[in-house]
This record gives sequence, structure tokens and C-alpha cells, in this order.
Amino acid sequence: MHKLVRRGAFWSVLLLWPMVALAATEEAPGRQLARQTVKNDAVKWITADHSQHPILKQRFEKPEDVTKACLSCHNQASLQIHKTIHWTWKDPSDPKGETGKGGLSVNNFCISVGSNEPRCTSCHIGYGWKDKNFDFTRAESVDCLVCHEQTGTYKKFPTKAGYPVTNATMFEGKTEFLPPDYNAVAQSVGRPGRNNCGTCHFYGGGGDGVKHGDLDSSMAMPNKQLDVHMGTDGQNFDCSRCHTTDAHNIAGRIYATPASADRKSLLENDLTPKIMCESCHGANPHKTNQKANDHTDKVACQSCHIPTFARVNPTKMRWDWSTAGDKGREVKKDEFGKPDYDAKKGDFVWGKNEVPHYEWFNGAIKGTTAKDVIDPSAPVRMSWPIGDAKDPNARIFPFKVHTGKTPYDKVRKTMVIPKLFGPKGSGAYWAEFDWNKAIAAGQEYNGLPYSGEYDFVETQYVFPITHMVAPKDQAVRCVECHAKAGRLSNLEGFYMPGRDSVGLLDMGGWALVGASLLGVALHGLGRFLSSVGRRRE
Amino acid sequence: MKAKKKIYLYTRFERFWHWVQSLLIFLLLLTGFEVHGTFTLFGFQKAVEYHNYLGLTWIILFIFIVFWVLTTGEWRQYIPTTKKLFEVIGYYSSGIFKGLPHPVQKSKEAKHNPLQRLTYLGLTAVLLTLQMGTGLLYWLYNDWAIWNLTFLDLRLLAIIHLACAFAILAFVIIHVYMTTTGHTLTSHIAAMFSGWEEVEEGEVADWEVQKKN
Repeated sequence: MHKLVRRGAFWSVLLLWPMVALAATEEAPGRQLARQTVKNDAVKWITADHSQHPILKQRFEKPEDVTKACLSCHNQASLQIHKTIHWTWKDPSDPKGETGKGGLSVNNFCISVGSNEPRCTSCHIGYGWKDKNFDFTRAESVDCLVCHEQTGTYKKFPTKAGYPVTNATMFEGKTEFLPPDYNAVAQSVGRPGRNNCGTCHFYGGGGDGVKHGDLDSSMAMPNKQLDVHMGTDGQNFDCSRCHTTDAHNIAGRIYATPASADRKSLLENDLTPKIMCESCHGANPHKTNQKANDHTDKVACQSCHIPTFARVNPTKMRWDWSTAGDKGREVKKDEFGKPDYDAKKGDFVWGKNEVPHYEWFNGAIKGTTAKDVIDPSAPVRMSWPIGDAKDPNARIFPFKVHTGKTPYDKVRKTMVIPKLFGPKGSGAYWAEFDWNKAIAAGQEYNGLPYSGEYDFVETQYVFPITHMVAPKDQAVRCVECHAKAGRLSNLEGFYMPGRDSVGLLDMGGWALVGASLLGVALHGLGRFLSSVGRRRE
Repeated sequence: MKAKKKIYLYTRFERFWHWVQSLLIFLLLLTGFEVHGTFTLFGFQKAVEYHNYLGLTWIILFIFIVFWVLTTGEWRQYIPTTKKLFEVIGYYSSGIFKGLPHPVQKSKEAKHNPLQRLTYLGLTAVLLTLQMGTGLLYWLYNDWAIWNLTFLDLRLLAIIHLACAFAILAFVIIHVYMTTTGHTLTSHIAAMFSGWEEVEEGEVADWEVQKKN
């Protein structure tokens, strides 16, 4: 339709200039719909008060008993949960079952789950995934509370395989964890809010803002400046406003599977997941700026509307494992108050207000498993967006690129899975500080060979930047990309005005202009001198 | 010295078109080279917006110009000839320094000398048309699919558009300089404002005038 506006624009310019400006002012489709939806009070749909259910007033001995109580009414819930990636931690599109946290996927943070379960699975929506013998089919192992409780008091202990504590316990001598009041938390349940999702997704990588860059504790109660949709002083969206849910499957990208197969607005299909910006904003969201609408086929909304990420809290930008193990080294705090070193983990670099790295992205990200052969002569892209300028589904998209130095098998040329967490005698690096032992233990646990020789390789890992959408007056300006050394200087395969030129043409062109100036100057001088000469005669 | 007389050489529309077109070309060069990244003046976004509107305006003006030239028969003034062409070239490269008279007289029926005819024909029929054509296609970039133009290559289009811009800039420099070669420095420019040009008395040769038939 907007194409028609422009097509008409040429002819209307022919006839009447101001028509162009008028033709472009119309409401972006879907905005009104989205506003109406948000205005509705969620309480309208709630028909049960869980604090009045007798079954939730019983004395709960352990968290599994709460789950049993939930399932006594919600009898399909655990069956649904068992099929979701939140439960399996495996990419359902990988027939070999190797892709995913629960498979052999590796990253350049704590690398991989296998052999480190009790520490990692504090973020699993279950109880007791402490090793590979965990029963994924057990109904009462599902943790309903972590996603649904609304008191904010329910905490899973960081090293107890998803269980809360049974007695008050200190973690690393800093944070005290209390046993939950199961009646209070069970009776508080409701639809997941920002803090439910944030319990894990704000703290991925073992701390606030470590992993994502666009998700950290500042997103629990953001203002409009930080997130124009979630701002509590504005639309006050919670996560599930966009991450819509279908039988406990939450909309979002899963490894190589894009968050949505097509970019449809609710006007085209009102049952479409609302996960894409286009779901509400359509493909022509700019009311008066047609040139901006012209970009939406090739430039993702996020590229312009998230000028920087980690705008309130810092995020980890680099993790160098190769320097780990120096227990005597003095740890300094950086400008953000974050430690620059941890003897267990190595050197860290944190960043704030980071400008994203841009890549062509068709919604799929290619990951690396501990079975994939790598090329250590170049930085290993442990995960990287798929797409290029020719891919009709690819658009330019912003990313956080987390770099690091990560252990790999020097002989077999694969990334390795070290055992990091465990008691002395288990080979765990954080107990014995011996990489060879840790890698041997981790590889063996995961059924992978190890040559016995390791080294550290430069690695990169990407996170799509899609949260922290800034108010529109802070959008990236045209010239930040349309410039010789702009944000998109790394992208290839297309011509971009203001960035690209042919050096030879520029040189030749200015030479022609220079020659013309010189020519007329000399010609003029010649006329002047000869006329002076003639006058003398 | 021959006697001078004033003749009405440029009609009101010709003068209007000339000055509007010169203003448009000046602003298009300015905004165009900013879009190309040569300098910063209006800011990239504004430069693009101005450039688009200026370009469309130019095309509209150009349509009127072509219409006028065709309907008034003035197109005959642009029919190229080689007659006296080399004398004119000789005049500008040597005669002018010796104070010799221009080998070709101007008149109402022949307002351009053979060199001008060639230059303006090339300019109007090739350079400006190519510039407007590539500019229009460039502007329509996002609609190429609708117009079945996807065989086009933006890089190639941009290269042609930029090459033409350089050529037009070079033309403007020489053109402005050439206005000073009248019998006074400003007589040509004055004529372009008033329409009246002072020329030397003399006969216009038959070959110069294209008879209407």
C-alpha cells in the first residue's frame, strides 16, 4: 500500500507538490490494536483465586509436593512442559539431539553444562537435574513455581540442581538463601511476570547482565528511556506481551529456528505470535518518513531503535580463560565496579552503552558443539548469525559479540567441555585448577575423546540485541550508517550511499573538475595578459 | 570597430528555465555530493530529502523545457553542424587572445554558435537526461520489484550518476567562465537576465538559420 503511495507520489509531484507530504501521513497499522490490547486489565480473564484452594493450604515437605498439587488440577501442564525447550534444553530441530545446553553445544562463558549440572541447572525449570541420569519424564520434577509464583521470595539455590534450600544457607559467603514458604508462594501463582523470566534470563552466565547485553536486572523495572515498551512509566509490557505462549511453548528464537517463520502483522493474522516488531507495527511503521519504511525489508527495526545496549547495567564483553588459575593475583574493580579477574575464571572485560555489531541475519544462528571441527588459526565463531545480502529473509540486525579465549583440543581441533564444578578429586577445575584433568573429566563424562593436549583459542559468541528499544527520538541517525566509517562498515554485498564509492571514479572526477578550474584560470589569465599587451600597442 | 546593436535573444520562459535550472543544478550538486559523503552541510538525512525533491522538480521543469523547445520549433537551434566549428574552436584557443572578432554572429534565428550547438545538444540529450534518468531510477530503488526493474544494479547506477555529476560540475565551471567572453565580461550574463544581447552588426549566414519548412 505504501508502495502505491510512492508510485502515486511521482505523479502527484508532477501535478501538485504538497500532495506528497499529505499522502505519507497515516497511522501505522496495528498500533491502535496493540494499544487497545494493553489497556485491557488482565484480571478480567482470571477465574480462580489460588489462595482459596484447600490443596495449596496443606503442609508441603518438598517442592515436588507443590508440583503434584498443581498437576491435580492442571493435569496437562507437565506433559506440555516436558516437550518444551525450557525443559529439554535441546534444540527440537536437531535430530541428533546434540544442539542445546542439554546437548553438546558450547559457548565462551562457562562453556557447557555436561559434568557441571548441579551448578548450571539452578536455572532449569525442574528439580534434581544433577547429572545425566536425570529422569526427564517425571511429572513432579517440573518446577511450576519459578515461573508462576508472584511473591518474589522463591529462590533456587545456585548449586543445588534446581532445588531451593531446606535450611538457611549462605552462597559464597555473600548471599543468604532461605527455604521458601511453600504455602505463600504456591497461593501467589499467576501469569509469569518480568521477574519470573528475569530470575534466569537476566542472570545468564552466572551473574547480572553477564550474557545477553539487552537483558539484565535493569529490565525488571525499566523506564521508557531504557525500554519504550516495558517502561513502567509507559506501556508497562511484561515479557509475555511479545513472547506469546502456546501450550507452554514460549515464542522466541531457538538456535537455528527463527522466532517466527514470517513477518506478519496481527492485521494479516490475528493468531500470529506477537514476537516480531511487525506483529504490531507492520512493515511500514513510520508515519511520515517513507524513506525509513523503505528500509524495513533489509534493516531490522532493532538496528536503528536500539542505539546501544547495556545502557544501565554493564555486560560482560570478554572472558579470557587462559589466564585463570593465578590465586595470588590481586583482583581490581573496573569503572563499573566489576572485578577484572577471577582466579577460577580468568580475565573479564565489561562494557556499558555498547554499540552493537551488525550482521545479516535471517533469524537463524549457527552454533558449535564439542564435536564440530574448528579452525584455530582464526577466531572461532562459536555462534554466528546466518544470512547475507542476497538472502531475501535476511536483514541487517544488531548483535552483542562476546569474545574470549576458550580451551580447545589442540590435536583433534575441537572445542572441549571442561568439568568446572565439583568437589576435590573429581577433576573439577574450580577445585583443582588443573586444565588437563578438568578437560579429561568433562570430555569423558560427555562421551567425547580428548587427545590430552589443550590450548586456548580466540572465540566469538553472538547475542541478538532485541530488547532495550529506545524512544524514537533516540533512534540511530541515517548518517551513523551512511558514512565512510559508520556502523555498517563491515557489511558487504550491497551498495550503500554515503558509505560506498569507487576510488578511481572519485579521483578521476575531481581531476576533471580540477582540470576545468585550472583550464579556465589559465585561459582567463591569457586573455587578461594579451589584452594588456594589445592596449600597450 | 563594427557598430553594435541590441537584439532580443532570450524569451522570458527561456530565461526562467535557465535560472531555475541553474539553481536546481547548483543545489543538486551540493546535496548530491553530501549524500556521496564528500562533506557535511545539511546532514545526510536532510541532504537526501532535499536532493529527492530538487531532482523531481528538475524533471518536471525539464519536461516543460522539452515541451517548449519542441512546440516553438526552437529545437532547430540545436541541430549540430561542423560548419565553422573549427573556426570557433580556433577562436577560443587563439583568436580570443589576439583580439580577433568571434567568427560566428549571434541572431534571433541562430543564438548558438556551432560549438554551443554541439555542447548543448550533448548536454541536454545525453548528460542531463542520463543524470535525470539514473536519478529517477535511484529514487525508485525500493519499487524496482513492482516496476520489474530488478535487473538493475544500484552500484552501477550510482557510478553513472556520480560520473555525470562530475561532468556537470565541470560543465558548470567552464560554462560560467565562458560567460565572461562576451564583448564585456558581464554582457552575456546581463543578456541572460534581460533577454537583450548586444551584438555586432553583421549578416547571419544562411547556413546558420534552419528554414522552417
